[in-house]
Amino acid sequence: MAHLSGAAVEMINSICEKYKDETTPLMMILSDIQRQYGYIPLEVQELVSKNTGVSVADIYGVVSFYSFFSLKPKGKYIIGVCLGTACYVKGAQQVVDKFSEILGIKPGETTEDLMFTIDALRCLGACGIAPAVSINGKVYPKVAVNQIPGIIEELRKEAAEK
Amino acid sequence: MAKINIRIEGLPYQVDEGLTILEAARQCGYEIPSLCNYNHGECNRASCRVCLVEVKGARGLVASCVYPVHEGMEVKIASPIASQARRTSVELLLSNHSMQCQQCAKNEKCELLHVARLTGARENMYLGEKTPVSIDRINPAITRDTSKCILCGRCVARCANAHGNGILGFENRGFNTIVGPAENRNFNDSPCIMCGQCVSVCPVGALMEKSEIDKVDEAFRQGKYVVVQTAPAVRAALGEEFGMKIGTPVTGKMVAALRRLGFHKVFDTNFGADLTIMEEAHELIDRLNHPDSVLPMITSCSPGWVNYAEYYYSDLIPHLSSCKSPHEMEGAILKHYYAQKVGVKPEDMFVVSIMPCTAKKFEKERPQNMVDGLKDVDAVLTTRELGKMIRRAGINFIKLNDEEFDEDIVGQYTGAGVIFGVTGGVMEAALRTAYFAITGEEYGMINFTQVRGFDGIKDASLNINGTVLNIAVAHGMKNAKVLLDDIRAGKSKYHFIEIMGCPGGCINGGGQPYVRECFLPNEDIDIVDTYKQKRANALYSEDERKRIRQSHNNPQLKALYLDFLGNPNSHKAHHLLHTSYEAKVPFND
Repeated sequence: MAHLSGAAVEMINSICEKYKDETTPLMMILSDIQRQYGYIPLEVQELVSKNTGVSVADIYGVVSFYSFFSLKPKGKYIIGVCLGTACYVKGAQQVVDKFSEILGIKPGETTEDLMFTIDALRCLGACGIAPAVSINGKVYPKVAVNQIPGIIEELRKEAAEK
Repeated sequence: MAKINIRIEGLPYQVDEGLTILEAARQCGYEIPSLCNYNHGECNRASCRVCLVEVKGARGLVASCVYPVHEGMEVKIASPIASQARRTSVELLLSNHSMQCQQCAKNEKCELLHVARLTGARENMYLGEKTPVSIDRINPAITRDTSKCILCGRCVARCANAHGNGILGFENRGFNTIVGPAENRNFNDSPCIMCGQCVSVCPVGALMEKSEIDKVDEAFRQGKYVVVQTAPAVRAALGEEFGMKIGTPVTGKMVAALRRLGFHKVFDTNFGADLTIMEEAHELIDRLNHPDSVLPMITSCSPGWVNYAEYYYSDLIPHLSSCKSPHEMEGAILKHYYAQKVGVKPEDMFVVSIMPCTAKKFEKERPQNMVDGLKDVDAVLTTRELGKMIRRAGINFIKLNDEEFDEDIVGQYTGAGVIFGVTGGVMEAALRTAYFAITGEEYGMINFTQVRGFDGIKDASLNINGTVLNIAVAHGMKNAKVLLDDIRAGKSKYHFIEIMGCPGGCINGGGQPYVRECFLPNEDIDIVDTYKQKRANALYSEDERKRIRQSHNNPQLKALYLDFLGNPNSHKAHHLLHTSYEAKVPFND
């Protein structure tokens, strides 16, 4: 657990503390950690194991089962490209390939500067605006491949201003 | 227990209430194919579907391993629908299984192969993609090959049942699911204690001991002076490898077989066990006599337990006896005393230990178990591996006449050494000698029955000439944890604790022959509940037969101390027979 900062340890301990009276608190604890800490590496799982008494093997099983949980840090911007049937026939594969090409990462990966993560999603439920892309909750409708450099540029600018 | 009436294939039977169909059918003389022969709650997922049967009135076929019998139930096992469904289940399992059965070290005891034969599974029925493979051969004790794993989860359950928080689990999802330590790590980089309990329940060859037979072959080829020593628990189980009844002691045949395998000398590790007792009992008395010493003292014979302590209770390391385990002690004496006596250079001597244990393979590699640059023990073979070597050599084990161990200078042993192989045995052996060391008299009863049996934690309080000694015995880390947490909290009342890594002690070690009902047609129906006791009885009866039953009365041991070591815990004894431990990080980077 050498890699966790004091603040991180405190945050995780307090999340575990919050659910200590629940009979099966693991999912709630992991969900909170995913949201607040951004990912759930093995050191964090060890700490959760210490707090809850659930084995690391079991915790790892849960974390690796649900795609909501992440073992690696995610980027500031999570680019969700819908690859559902409707988006796919409208060219979503080319959209995701273009993001990959520009950012130099495959779906599921994160850029080294921790700015962008590409997620290949199943149906977003927005088939009317296919191909759809969702970035940190904001939905981009009918994305054309030639718009993509602009979208990334815009996000970079936004991040720099903040 | 209340009886109920059921029908199987139309014939009436009375069976115990509360059984599953699988268990009830077994009582009635039917063997339904299944992959949970060793079940006992260690798999209740009913996901393999290998044991499907027809039940009148039920919707579809039912999994007999979990479906309880009820009054008036009508079961059909042999019906074409059920038979073909079972066959399909097996064929589906085989479709994602490594098909290298001829070369697989498990093949003669593979339950998947067994059910494939039983159900008549057809060749290559479902061809297609296979789950990505990962193979762990890094650590010296256990190998893991996911291409053979059928995801039954018995290892996961056994690891957790034996040790509390297990290190094995299911990971990933769907077709990518595998069983392994977190992050699919190798066993070296995860807090695995190498006990091999997972190996002993694996139905296929996914988890195996790492074989060292080739190493032994190589030593013979190089012309080394190869000596072998056998742990007490091996004699209680080796016969099972050759179809003998569980609990048949085969000491004499085992010695005869080892001679025929070409070993220059055949020793009993029990000599080392007696030596361990001398050192450990005196270490205990020494601690008891010094008011500021660390108590309770905990035994250190079980390498699985030692690994556990180093990972999870490193703050309690000062409680561990500094004694090496018996086979390491014996190895050190063989190389640094016996070798000179018989005119062999220590570096030309190759010591092989036959052990019921996989963790011993790891233990012998510990740098702390080297003396003057030489490993105490060079190779460790499990009981199962010895069985393979004997078969390979074409030896008809059952027909062998009994022979005696070599006892020329070292090797004599007492009954105290023999019982090391069962939980409570080390404690009992140590008490026999400690009693003598404290009082100057032998304990008249000899047996300390309070520490026998298979309760998770056994304890007793002894008054030895006014010295009150509180002792406890635990086996399996789940039980040990209770005692250890008390020590950590400063609440422990004990002076001396014996801890064994495996449930039941060495007789149930991870290197012992597999106990599977499906391969034991001549054993009693409750064999998975009774085999531990049967193996233990084999050891206790050898103890009873021994003329000398206390380690301190071993004449060769007395001579060894006079001639070479001086006193127990002397400087020389410490140099050769004692070791040290170090804290380990559970998940190394």
